[in-house]
Amino acid sequence: MLRLENLSKRYKTGDLALNNVTLEIPDGQLVALIGPSGAGKSTLIRCVNRLVDATTGTIHLGEREINGLSNRDLRRARRRMGMIFQEYALVERLTVMENVLSGRLGYVNFWQSLFRKYPKENVREAYRLLDRVDLMHMVDKRADELSGGQRQRVGICRALIQDPELLLVDEPTASLDPKTSRQIMRLIRELCEERGLAAIINIHDVALAQMFSERVVGLKLGEIVYDGTPGGLTPEVLTEIYGEEDWEKTIEKVEDDDDVLDEGEMA
Amino acid sequence: MSEASLNYAQTWKKPHFIKSSLLRYLIYVGTVTYFFLAIYTMDVNWTRVAEGIPRGADMISKFFPPDLSDSRGVILDGILESIWMAVISTIGGVLLSIPIGLGAARNLAPTWVYLFCRSIIAVSRTFPEVILAIFAVKFFGFGPFAGFIALAIGTIGFWAKLLAEDIENMSKSQAEAVRATGATWLQWINYAIQPQVLPRMIGLSLYRLDINFRESAVVGIVGAGGIGAHLLTSVQRYEYATTATILFSIIAIVITLEYSSGYLRKWVQ
Repeated sequence: MLRLENLSKRYKTGDLALNNVTLEIPDGQLVALIGPSGAGKSTLIRCVNRLVDATTGTIHLGEREINGLSNRDLRRARRRMGMIFQEYALVERLTVMENVLSGRLGYVNFWQSLFRKYPKENVREAYRLLDRVDLMHMVDKRADELSGGQRQRVGICRALIQDPELLLVDEPTASLDPKTSRQIMRLIRELCEERGLAAIINIHDVALAQMFSERVVGLKLGEIVYDGTPGGLTPEVLTEIYGEEDWEKTIEKVEDDDDVLDEGEMA
Repeated sequence: MSEASLNYAQTWKKPHFIKSSLLRYLIYVGTVTYFFLAIYTMDVNWTRVAEGIPRGADMISKFFPPDLSDSRGVILDGILESIWMAVISTIGGVLLSIPIGLGAARNLAPTWVYLFCRSIIAVSRTFPEVILAIFAVKFFGFGPFAGFIALAIGTIGFWAKLLAEDIENMSKSQAEAVRATGATWLQWINYAIQPQVLPRMIGLSLYRLDINFRESAVVGIVGAGGIGAHLLTSVQRYEYATTATILFSIIAIVITLEYSSGYLRKWVQ
């Protein structure tokens, strides 16, 4: 269970990115975090693994308090939080396998990682994950040779090999085409279900958020203005989050009804 | 076309970079005037120029045929000495530059480390290799060790600065992603920073090897080992055929380095 209490973040520039956010995410829950650009979505998930340090407030993952950890304990805590990024954030000049194995950096010692001598079970797990996302044929390719959808699947493997209890997902579909976006979102959801993982997914696309999450949190100017089911996103709620617009078309279709059969041809 | 559009201007000029026309013309006139005054101040003795041209032509004609016999065996020794000076000062300089360059990257190091490493770089960049060599010869005596020290310090100013700048320009998201896995600082450097900067830094090392070889000829003139001393001696003794051999050897080696480094740089990308 992830628990954020009275979390605020003020950047040095004076911008208040998060304003007194309190949020509880039980184990295994998939939460979509929506809101306009600059609402603090990215800041919120970066506060959880302390890529950004919150100004005030507390964060608990299970019993462990995340803020105030020493560097060493912070690294240990980060191992249990897999992160998936906008624009994939793979190390482009490293191979697919190195990128996946880099998810184990928090567990292996420096020499093992320097010489790429990872424990056998890590390598086996890496192969298993790559097979799961249909990338077995790409193991030795450099990350910059892959297409967008393939890169994001490598990013997912990197997060999962950490053996996390929580996934932090930052705009996973921002640079993908609509079909690949759905496939990536479906993959994330399936993998979370398989492993009983909780996840916070920042996402711009309201329709995708409704389609793939069980809970939607709306953020506006650093404050939570909606917290409920995907079905509860009425035009009034969306207007509250994003401002005036014709929302009827966005929410007319909520179920995930397309191409369930084409897992094999994911691009 | 509407009535109103007839009133639009039909000519357009790119705005001047310097807006005030008075200041603009002052700068033009000032620059030209200064140029001619400076030439006048140089006080060129045209008769000496007239004599110097045939003298130069005569000297160059004495380059041929180059004296390849190397009767005292000093040219080959000098060239080999220059080469190994260049190689070890490049390797030594690069090894010393890695920690300094990491420390001089603003996005990696705390402010005091940053300032400390930047000042090392600034000092090393202030002095050209010849001046460093003069000091090194004073400290350690004549010979290639002084040259090695001078070139290695020169390498730090070059390589560490460019490493620091390359690190400052790296992709932030890749660095963030590796940090988010719980990696230690060293692992982070190895997985997120090194892959991003390595190809360019290999290319720059080869380029620096090329520079160090050429500089090794210069520092030799002040007694810091290498081929430079022999080059100077041969010119002073009017042994132009020997001078030619030395110059052509330097040219050949520099061209070889140039081509092989270009090839290697493409290959590591």
